[in-house]
Amino acid sequence: MDAITFAVQLLNGVQYGLVLFLVASGLTLVFGILGVINLAHGAFYMLGAYLAWAISAYTGSFALAIVGSLVISFLLGIALEEIFVKRMIGRDHLAQVLLSFGLILVIDEVRQIVFGKDVHSVMPPEWLRGSIQLTEVLSYPVYRLALCVACLVLAAVIFYVIQKTRLGMVIRAGAENRDMTRALGIPFDVVNRYVFAGGIALAALGGSLVAPVSTVFPGMGDGMLILSFVVVVLGGIGSVAGAAIGALLIGLTDTFGKVFFPQISSILIYVLMAGVLLWRPNGLLGKA
Amino acid sequence: MSHSNPFSVPTSRRRFLLGAAAVTTGAAAFRFPTPAIAQGAPLKVGFMLPYSGTFAKLGKFVDDGFRLNVERQGGSLGGRRIEFVQVDDESKPESATDNMNRLVGREKVDLVVGTVHSGVAMAMVKVARDTNTPLIIPNAGVNEATGPMCAPHIFRTSFSNWQVCQPMGKVMFDEGRRNAVTITWRYAAGAQMVDAFKEGFTRAGGAIVEDLALPFPEVEFQALITRIATLKPDSVFAFFAGGGAVKFVKDYAAAGLNRTIPLYGAGFLTDGTLPAQGADANGIKTTLHYADNLDNPANRAFLEAFKAKTGQDGDIYAVQGWDAAALLAEGLKATKGDWSARTQATAAMRAARIDSPRGPLSFNRAGNPVQNVYLREVRNGRNELVSIAGQAVDDPARGCRIQA
Repeated sequence: MDAITFAVQLLNGVQYGLVLFLVASGLTLVFGILGVINLAHGAFYMLGAYLAWAISAYTGSFALAIVGSLVISFLLGIALEEIFVKRMIGRDHLAQVLLSFGLILVIDEVRQIVFGKDVHSVMPPEWLRGSIQLTEVLSYPVYRLALCVACLVLAAVIFYVIQKTRLGMVIRAGAENRDMTRALGIPFDVVNRYVFAGGIALAALGGSLVAPVSTVFPGMGDGMLILSFVVVVLGGIGSVAGAAIGALLIGLTDTFGKVFFPQISSILIYVLMAGVLLWRPNGLLGKA
Repeated sequence: MSHSNPFSVPTSRRRFLLGAAAVTTGAAAFRFPTPAIAQGAPLKVGFMLPYSGTFAKLGKFVDDGFRLNVERQGGSLGGRRIEFVQVDDESKPESATDNMNRLVGREKVDLVVGTVHSGVAMAMVKVARDTNTPLIIPNAGVNEATGPMCAPHIFRTSFSNWQVCQPMGKVMFDEGRRNAVTITWRYAAGAQMVDAFKEGFTRAGGAIVEDLALPFPEVEFQALITRIATLKPDSVFAFFAGGGAVKFVKDYAAAGLNRTIPLYGAGFLTDGTLPAQGADANGIKTTLHYADNLDNPANRAFLEAFKAKTGQDGDIYAVQGWDAAALLAEGLKATKGDWSARTQATAAMRAARIDSPRGPLSFNRAGNPVQNVYLREVRNGRNELVSIAGQAVDDPARGCRIQA
């Protein structure tokens, strides 16, 4: 393999990892702050993609599709937190799993009623179509590069919010010691609501951004959910930085596994996860 | 010798039936309560199809095609009225045996028609063999159903995975392709399709550069598409279906490979997926036992009738349902509607020659269709007929122990 194709594969792995991070960061926040296992995270990823498709088909605007998908899912997240999720905080994990599994079924049914079960594709805006010629046969889609940039920008925003803002301080404190934070009089209910809605919105945003390269189809969230959980466990529950490292590791492992070890590529990421957990049972940046 | 005479059993059976008919007629005259005789009661056909889930549309089209054919013959086939029992198999192999047992045991259907998913179909084949229930498979392509698992009362009106891919090998070689990379999902259907293509391609003189595969139903193709660009083969053969097929074709085009390395595949790559693939699918050549603009009287009549009934354009799935009814009609015609003369009926079905919308259709010893396989090319959102890739292609039915 020559240098340029190696570089392209590296780019493939990083790009995949960045998308994984975007989706998994929402999952790890909800898990770390609210202590709620949200199995419906993948369903929101799918919902985001369907919303993006519907809005772009209706308005013809890709930007509107992304923003619309983000806003609608955020509002949906607030409503769901108010109606269901806040009752689940502090309950045992079985109750949470049952609730979020129920949400998967409901979201999927609603998706089928509203959007049908056909496969759709979303067109990126005119200026992001086409590709850059790298070698005589190989070119790289411009949209995939833009996707990398978008994910990097979003990652920066997520880190900024968590490290530099007051909300972020509360989130970090909550993840560190929930009872103490509450005892200090922090309005934790409000924080929970925005964290949950934000987590949902990140999943939906991931789905809508990926829609132009991944197509939109029922069940597209299933694989993403599993991978997101692997990222969260690998990085350490509740750690956004851990999720970033975990996502990049998995993106690269998956990409190079497919190329160099095709026969065992499907188990490589689980081997990686098992190895890391043997070494650090709480994940790479997990709290002991 | 007289025992093997195919007519000896039916003659005595017919005589018995004549007697039975006479008795019942007599009984009816005296108003005795009598059980309904076989010919009087409608034939119970059990549909075990996916009415929900990913394959729901396919199941509906098979169902519509079958019913349309029955309607066109006044609600009966071969003079026997038809009654339907439906079961939604949800494409779940784990509940397939229960669903099948329900149809055969509780509903006591005379014949089962199903299904789309190969895993479910294999479970159905097992029950059909154990309970000696006639079965017509209107879609699943798993080779074994008409291979090692074949039986005289099991038929398929669709295709075998081998059948639709093997002819592609020669087509590609004849178009000047000398080496190829294959790519598919790592599961049974993917392996069978790719193996069949390789058999045809290497026999014609082509060479396989590399076989690429990824776990089902993963759709992150980018790494493998970069790999294809690195290998620089002069052609690619792919098998994907549904959402995966849409994404693969779009990713292939986005990487610019559609301009340099021609893409070939099994028909499922572009069947039912073209609206979502758009212009990215243009120029892809695939083989299948049907094409969108197949021009023959049977197809024209079929498409018109299907559109009139359902308001939708008929496709290969509807044709396979339609042909399942046509095949059953052959069996009932041969016995004048008497399904208790099963041996004679299934023998007639094996010998059937059907003027199908897809072209001439007959059956081999294993019950798999002998049919034309067409080369199609995607032009303006349609799988247009290019040529006949294989005339009357007969699946070798490897492992089937029924002798011709």
